[in-house]
This record gives sequence, structure tokens and C-alpha cells, in this order.
Amino acid sequence: MSEAVLRLEEVETYYGEIHALRGIGFEVREGQVVALLGANGAGKSTSLRTISGLVPARRGKVTFMGQDITRMAAHRIAQLGLVHVPEGRRIFKGMTIEENLDLGGFTVLDAEERRRRREAAYAMFPILAERRHRDSSLLSGGEQQMLAIARALMARPRLLLLDEPSMGLAPILVQEIMRTIRRLNEAGTTVLLVEQNARAALRLAHYGCVMETGRIVLAGEAAELRANEALTKAYLGA
Amino acid sequence: MPLQEILLQQLANGLILGSFYALVALGYSMVYGVIKLLNFAHGDLYMVGAFAGFGCLSLFSGWLGAGWAGIVPSILLSMVAVGLLGVVIDRIAYRPLREAPKLSVLITALAVSMVLENTVLAFTGGQFTAFSTDLGFAGIDLGLVHVTYTQMVLVGTSIVLMVVLELFVSRTRYGRAMRAIAIDPDACRLMGIDVNRTIALTFFIGSALAAASGVLAGVYYGSINFFMGFLIGLKAFTAAVIGGIGNIPGAMLGGLLLGLLEAFGTQIPGIGGQWKDVFVFAFLILFLVFRPTGILGKPEVERM
Repeated sequence: MSEAVLRLEEVETYYGEIHALRGIGFEVREGQVVALLGANGAGKSTSLRTISGLVPARRGKVTFMGQDITRMAAHRIAQLGLVHVPEGRRIFKGMTIEENLDLGGFTVLDAEERRRRREAAYAMFPILAERRHRDSSLLSGGEQQMLAIARALMARPRLLLLDEPSMGLAPILVQEIMRTIRRLNEAGTTVLLVEQNARAALRLAHYGCVMETGRIVLAGEAAELRANEALTKAYLGA
Repeated sequence: MPLQEILLQQLANGLILGSFYALVALGYSMVYGVIKLLNFAHGDLYMVGAFAGFGCLSLFSGWLGAGWAGIVPSILLSMVAVGLLGVVIDRIAYRPLREAPKLSVLITALAVSMVLENTVLAFTGGQFTAFSTDLGFAGIDLGLVHVTYTQMVLVGTSIVLMVVLELFVSRTRYGRAMRAIAIDPDACRLMGIDVNRTIALTFFIGSALAAASGVLAGVYYGSINFFMGFLIGLKAFTAAVIGGIGNIPGAMLGGLLLGLLEAFGTQIPGIGGQWKDVFVFAFLILFLVFRPTGILGKPEVERM
């Protein structure tokens, strides 16, 4: 049995008075793709923001590679190799594609190593290579998502958190992004994926958790969840 | 003096004044660029820098003399000391308010300004302190205009500091991080960037540049006082707005332009020296009305 890279136990998170996570727990194992599914406002993004340290958990415990990261500052968590690609991509608009990639590799001190990783990113996403010195805000939505993923890969993450990578993209681009995620996973990257597009996510994932109002209401092997028509209808609206 | 000489003399005066403004404007603009705070205490760091430089020079002059041999280490020490003061101010006054409304931070900046001014007032008793050096008046003559070596070194030092800063911000890891924080601090955290540390570095650099300007101004004018940072703070703010606030080359350009405007403005018949501040702030108002993004500032365009 492979080791748990990430483990959440009874995690509760508040936004001011709003009880956004009401005690969630799950595991992500080495080499897996785990999908967090559910409707808008179910707490999927909050889960990722809690794991990566952007919002503090009020109660519970988050463990990454055996280390307690519940109260750790976000930048320290990123330095450990847990990299979060946030909702809406959040690329640095006004800076070039190359600068965005270099920022993704901020923790890589050796400039030569950074350059090698940049070239690897360009090889993976040739569309970025062509425009490396152009302002990243000129990219299309799909290209911005590619850049956001490439930027995260600069840090060679042990665990990649992806928040709605397919949001706002045309179906053909959604497929391309999903293929990219599969390729990354096959190359050894462990992925925790948040998606509204449950069908696409479950085709890719090994394991899925369905969230509703801050709780995990259903969890299981992706194949089982896919097969469970009634549940998919009820919870995934698909 | 014939007109040509007057203009040349004012060009020299304007460049010197402008380089002081530019150095202070850089810190204003950097801090604004990174955390969107108008640090109204910034001019006072220039003043504290002048006093720190004066203190160092008093200590060194017995042994290194009051020429450049004593002045250069005084500038460097003052830059380090005031740089650290800037970091401490950020840590105790601004950092606890990072998530607070902008107005709270702005008011805190005014309070910090008063604390700095009144502390120096308490120590100096509000007297003008003579900043005496023995740099002499050697220089070169251009027609009837005499430009001293000191003046050239002042402008030269400012330009070197500005170029180094621009290279730092555009080419280095932490320089990139500063620009990225200005765009999206949370995304920076997710890249492993220590945002608070990078902001502290911004304060260090901005404050050190203000200190350098303060010592250079002390050397140039020969007198310093606890209130000297007030007006230059406002003018540096004006320079930063004219150049495009948040923009480093803009702050330099704005500073130099403002220095030249002030120097030449006083030569316009009917506008004497006593009107120079009115002249400067009239430009601020014109810019705020007609081009609030400044000369080099770009209007923000969002593409979804």
C-alpha cells in the first residue's frame, strides 16, 4: 500500500462567522489523482485554501509527508513541495510568461537549474515557448491555465492542488487540460483536483470525495462513483 | 548674467534638486507599488538619514576628515541604519495592519511621521544643525557658470543608486518577487515567496535611498533640521505621481522633472523664489486631474 502524502483529519475552517468546513477528513496517496467534487459553495476551494495555508484551519489536523502543516505559513508549505494552483489561475498579469515561470521556481536558488526547468516547461507547453517574452495577460484562458500549471511545476511539487482547471474553458480545451493532468500523474505527480465538471474529473481520478455544505457526504473509488448513477445525479448534477 | 548662463545655472540646480527628489520618490513609489500604502513617514526617513549621516560624520571627521573620505562611510552607515529603521517601522506599525482598511494604515503613517519628527525635535531642540564639510568649491567653469565637483558627485551618486535599483528590481529573484507581490500577494505565497520578508526588504531599500538623499542634501545645503523631511516628502510624492506611482523609472523621471520645473519656474518673470512650492503643487493638481496615472503609468487593463 502506498503512503499517504496528504491527510486531513476533522478539519474545520471559518470565514469570519461562516462555518465553511465542518470537519472533513480524507487522504491522498502517493501517485494518486483524488478528485474533490460538489456544487458551488460546498467547500471545495476552501479545502484547498486550508491545505495550502491561505486560510487557517480553526480545528483539526493537516499532515503533509508526515509533517503537521496545520498552522504553517503558506509560503513554508509551498517550500515543502505542496503547490496550489488557485481558482481563476492567478497568473501575474503584466509580467512576461518567462517571469511567471521564474516566480514559480522562486525556491530554486540555482539559476541554471531554473533555466533547465523552464525549458522542460516549454517542451511540455510549446505554446508558451513561442511567447515567452510576451505579457502573460495577452494569453487566452486556456493558455493562462497552461501557464498556471507550468508555473506550479517549476517547483517540482510532491503534491499538486488544482482548483477548477477547466473553469470557463471550451470543451476541447477542457479535454486538453485533463489530458495534461493525466500526463503529469503518469509522470509521477500526485494530484488533488477540485472540479465542477465531475464526469471529466472522475474519468481521470483514482478516488473521489463528494462535498456538500462543508462536509464530505460520499467518498470512494472513482469507478464506483462513476457507476453509481443515482448518486451522480443527486450530488453531481450531471 | 546673460540668459544662456542663467538657464545653464538653473539646469545644474534643477538636476541636483531633482536627484534628491528622485531618490526620495523611489522609496515612496516602491512601497506604494508593493503594498499600496502612501507612506507619509517616508520624507521623515530622509530627515533621520541626514541626522544619522551628520552623527557619523562628526564621529569620523577627527580621523577621516570631513571630505569624501569621511562622507562616503557616513552615507553608507546612514543608509544601513535608516534602512533598518524602515524595516522596524513596517514591522511594528504597518504589518499588523496588512489586512486593515487602507485608511487605517494611512493614518498610522501620519502618526509615524509625527513620532519621527518629534523624536528628533526632542534631541536637537529644534535648532538648525550645521552640517559642515570641507569639500571646497573646486569644479569646472562653463562660461560664467561654475559647477563644483561636489555637485557632480551628488548627481552621479544619485544616478548610480537609481540604476542599481532598477537592475535589482528588473533582474533579480527578489526584485521579481516585489513586482509579483504588487500584482497578487496570495499567489506569491503559493510560490513559496515569504511576502512579509519581501515587503521588509522593500522598506529597507526605500528607506536607505531616502537616507542617502538626506545625507547628500545635508552635504549640499550645509544645514539640517527636524522638519526638513516634511516638504520634500510632499514633493517626492508629487514626483512619484507625475512619473506614475508604483513605477520606478517613473519616479526617477518625475523627480528630475520636478527639480527642473522648480529651478526654471523661479526664473519666469512674475514667479519669484517664494512661489516655487505653489508652482510644484500646481503641477501635482494638474496631473491628478488630467493624467492621474502619470507620465509612465499605464492605465490598468483587465482581460478575463
